[in-house]
Amino acid sequence: MINAVKREIPEYIEGYGKVKPFMGAYANYGEVRKVSTKLKSVKPGENKILSSIKEALLKCDIKDGMTVSFHHHLRNGDYVLNMVLEEIAKLGVKDITVAASSIFPCHAPLVEHIKNGVVTRIYANYMSGPVAEAVSKGLLKYPAIMHTHGGRARAIESGDLHIDIAFIAAPTCDSYGNINGVEGKSACGSLGYAIPDAMYADKVVAVTDNLVDYPACPIEISQEYVDYIVKVDEIGDPKGIVSGTTRITKDPVGLKIAKLAAQLIDESGLLKDGFSFQTGAGGTSLAVAAYVKDIMKRKNIKGSFAAGGITGYIVEMFEEGLFKALFDVQCFDLKAVESYKNNRAHQGMSASMYGNPHNKGAVVNNLDVMILGATEIDTDFNVNVTTGSNGIIMGGSGGHSDTAAGSKLSIVVTQLTKARLPIIVDKVTTVTTPGETIDAVVTERGIAINPRRTDLLEKLKDSNLPIYTIEELKAMAEKLTGIPEKIEFADKIVAIVEYRDGSVIDVVRQVR
Amino acid sequence: MKIVKPAKAGTMESNDIYIMVYPNEKGNEIQLDSIVLKQFGKQIEKIIIDTLKELDVENALVVAKDRGALDYTIKARVETAIKRALE
Repeated sequence: MINAVKREIPEYIEGYGKVKPFMGAYANYGEVRKVSTKLKSVKPGENKILSSIKEALLKCDIKDGMTVSFHHHLRNGDYVLNMVLEEIAKLGVKDITVAASSIFPCHAPLVEHIKNGVVTRIYANYMSGPVAEAVSKGLLKYPAIMHTHGGRARAIESGDLHIDIAFIAAPTCDSYGNINGVEGKSACGSLGYAIPDAMYADKVVAVTDNLVDYPACPIEISQEYVDYIVKVDEIGDPKGIVSGTTRITKDPVGLKIAKLAAQLIDESGLLKDGFSFQTGAGGTSLAVAAYVKDIMKRKNIKGSFAAGGITGYIVEMFEEGLFKALFDVQCFDLKAVESYKNNRAHQGMSASMYGNPHNKGAVVNNLDVMILGATEIDTDFNVNVTTGSNGIIMGGSGGHSDTAAGSKLSIVVTQLTKARLPIIVDKVTTVTTPGETIDAVVTERGIAINPRRTDLLEKLKDSNLPIYTIEELKAMAEKLTGIPEKIEFADKIVAIVEYRDGSVIDVVRQVR
Repeated sequence: MKIVKPAKAGTMESNDIYIMVYPNEKGNEIQLDSIVLKQFGKQIEKIIIDTLKELDVENALVVAKDRGALDYTIKARVETAIKRALE
């Protein structure tokens, strides 16, 4: 069948089940249900502290076919996923589903567990490195399922993704299971992505390298959700957890793009008191924030909030009074961790509060402007951030689709060509985010506005900005690079890309 | 023109190509490695071959490590390497 972004999708996929085709970004709002949870209540005097991960697995009755979950606040420094899977493998358990909010190069040992059948299913919102390559080559028994950050929260709350055991990497945990991310040698700040796991999993195990006396305050994940606590030497490598500083690009092309994007935001009419804003941690995205900051200061604009994975740069804007508050699901650098710890208006948010389409309103719905990246974007404005142009998985939506759908103005910033590859194409390799939710593309050679946004085009009709059609931008790129040959794929489906509402927006096929 | 000694041109920077040229008894031969091999491999080889023809070179082993160079960059790097390989 053909879905609403014109992708050919099977009606049934082996190892996944019946496919709900993507019908449009706003097709599935309305009455929904959340699942109830099963738990074993704790009576006074019981001890939650166990001696090892193995003991925790045995206490949780680990068996073949179970789903274990992980969150990615320790990013490319995470040790917890590897430690737990090593113990599961040693116990001889097979056919495990790994539901990790993201998978990074540090999770390379997972490839062995995939090869020997310990792990046969993966859920992730983002994956890069050896595991993503293994999945792309078809090594995983069943197709991987790629969510958005908000979509993962929705899947957990609705019961689409049932977690048997959630492992929470806890930078600080007290003896009764209260967890925070702001203290300890592995402090990473907000633990937003772990919150749905903690609330809905049958069993919750906190793995910590900073076990403290009761009570640990502030409490980000509370004792009422935590079954067991295991102390280990290290939950992660601090060097991989948070970058010391996130930096604005020095590349003149990146700066040109950022400047144009900031001008576009200014001319859109959204940059006024009460302005809200989100950007990723990439150098060009941060440069947009820098130019926006200049305009806000020059025009004395007081914004409402900035959201997302928060970086030190956004913290500086907040501290200068340009935003009243920050919403933070994950801190990207040490400065953000510090601010999250000390500023009351630097507010943590769960993955659900951030981007779940099936709650009573996510933070993304209140965003004015969102700055996004792209690996490819097509002439229908569909964006790929899941696969590289060689067809190998190298990312995933994360919050891309959630923020694009929620914000009033979503802007993709990208170079027109990257290493000879034109970024604007007829048809993206994989659709991650539907074009109906993307409003503009800004490149160093010009801007394209989505023709659906007639209001924006009208507003910009006397603008001096270099506005072209997306077809014109595509032709400019191809004149430089030539037209690339098509990548060939085999028939086997290696991953399924679920839109935030759980419908299937695209599938990834095995690379030939 | 006759290649008499090894020579090189270019860098391994993004959007450049690193060309090494050696004398080759078997005629012209190309060994190409590229980050966009699947999408542009044939086109890159064609540019290298055309450039060798233009310069009347018939005994070059060209080892090319491409980092996403555009056609005119490839042509310029090959031409420079060849000129350095003549005596």
